[in-house]
Amino acid sequence: MSRTLGPFAAVLHRDLLLAWRGRADVLVTLAFFVVVVCLFPFGVGAETNQLRSIAPGVLWVAALLATLLSLHRLFAQDHADGTLEQLLLSPEPTVLWVVAKVVAHWIATGLPLVIVAPALALLFDVEQGALGVLVLSLALGTPILALLGAVGAALTLGLRGGGMLLALLVLPLFVPVLIFGAGAVDSHLSGTGADAHILLLGGGLLGALALAPVACAAALRIAVE
Amino acid sequence: MKRPERGKSLFRFAAPQLFYPLAGALAPWFAGAAAVLTILGLWLAFFVAPTDAQQGEVYRVIFIHVPAAWMSMFVYLIMAFWSAVGLVMNTRLSFMMARALAPTGAMFCVVALVTGALWGKPTWGAYWVWDARLTSQLLLLFLYFGFMALTEAIEDPRRADKAGAIIALVGAVNVPIIYFSVKWWNTLHQGASVSLTKAPSMAATMLAGMLVMALASWAYTITVTLWRVRPLILERERHAEWVAAELDALEGRI
Repeated sequence: MSRTLGPFAAVLHRDLLLAWRGRADVLVTLAFFVVVVCLFPFGVGAETNQLRSIAPGVLWVAALLATLLSLHRLFAQDHADGTLEQLLLSPEPTVLWVVAKVVAHWIATGLPLVIVAPALALLFDVEQGALGVLVLSLALGTPILALLGAVGAALTLGLRGGGMLLALLVLPLFVPVLIFGAGAVDSHLSGTGADAHILLLGGGLLGALALAPVACAAALRIAVE
Repeated sequence: MKRPERGKSLFRFAAPQLFYPLAGALAPWFAGAAAVLTILGLWLAFFVAPTDAQQGEVYRVIFIHVPAAWMSMFVYLIMAFWSAVGLVMNTRLSFMMARALAPTGAMFCVVALVTGALWGKPTWGAYWVWDARLTSQLLLLFLYFGFMALTEAIEDPRRADKAGAIIALVGAVNVPIIYFSVKWWNTLHQGASVSLTKAPSMAATMLAGMLVMALASWAYTITVTLWRVRPLILERERHAEWVAAELDALEGRI
């Protein structure tokens, strides 16, 4: 393995192993997603046409909230046991292992949502042709949520009431992802094609991948100063 | 107490010790300007400007609504600017300026939203619609809340300053993204009333009233920011000798 990818792979492997050993935490996020989605028919009524029309928004909002709930775990444990300081002191580039941590976090919490989403969409009677677009939009969008959320998680590290504060900080930033994500499925269903939304999500992912880790690294340095 | 020798350049006012008296000296002037401009602007708005052909008298809310909306956006940009200066140059005063600006920006957001709602009811028939302008203004308010909540939640002032600066910058990158995303998502709000490239589509006195009110908002913002930054400086620099002398003098006056 190349030298630069060494620390990346090491942190990724470690975090995935930790997530696997603590499966319960990860499964709670997934269960939350499923439960929130299933609450909507009780709230708005089980009329099929209505359910079909709100399905993309419901799935996206639920995925967004599930991501938000899982974010505080991203750095909290490492902060508590001192690993974070050791990582920051190490000569490895901070941005590199920050990306590795976010990627591991997304594989543990975001990817399961993407996999489960089509099954939930069937509960809302979404036509099968749109399921691919839904999966693609979530696969592109949830990593953006994880990257932006990582900045918020780093800024609120170790604060009293950090969870609520994290929500206030990152929810306004999540709005564009929500609009384009749910919009992709909506425009596919309405027949105009989801290409524009999917491309915007892809561009957003690349932009977030370029900028968010830098802000996140700076925020982590401030947090442990 | 002897003042430290410093260069003659304007940058010497980056030192809180020198900026504190400067802010105190400038604030009353801007306060006076704000008062005069507000009275002039409101006089133009309510007595000189003609009644709108389509909307009647209701349109007069524009003289408060539009300057407040402009200001709420400017203030966020200025806040992000001071945050960037603070992060790059590590100047203490820039962070204090950013924190002194935030409540004013949030206030203008609220003013723009409330006056917009009051304007929307008679013209659109609803206090609120999920339109691009309205929605992005609401999200801007949430960004201000996030900045203020974060800087208040962190007790160590150095960490609070830098964390606030990062969220201000992340927000500044996101504001145009939010704006365009909600614009493509939904739009109803009328186009811009004033454009640099087109001849104004409104009566000259209307335009004058709005610009005077915009200047009044600037003067008001500068005034309250200077007033708000002074106690911040005293609080942060309380270990310094000059602050003790200043506080003694203040106590003698009361």
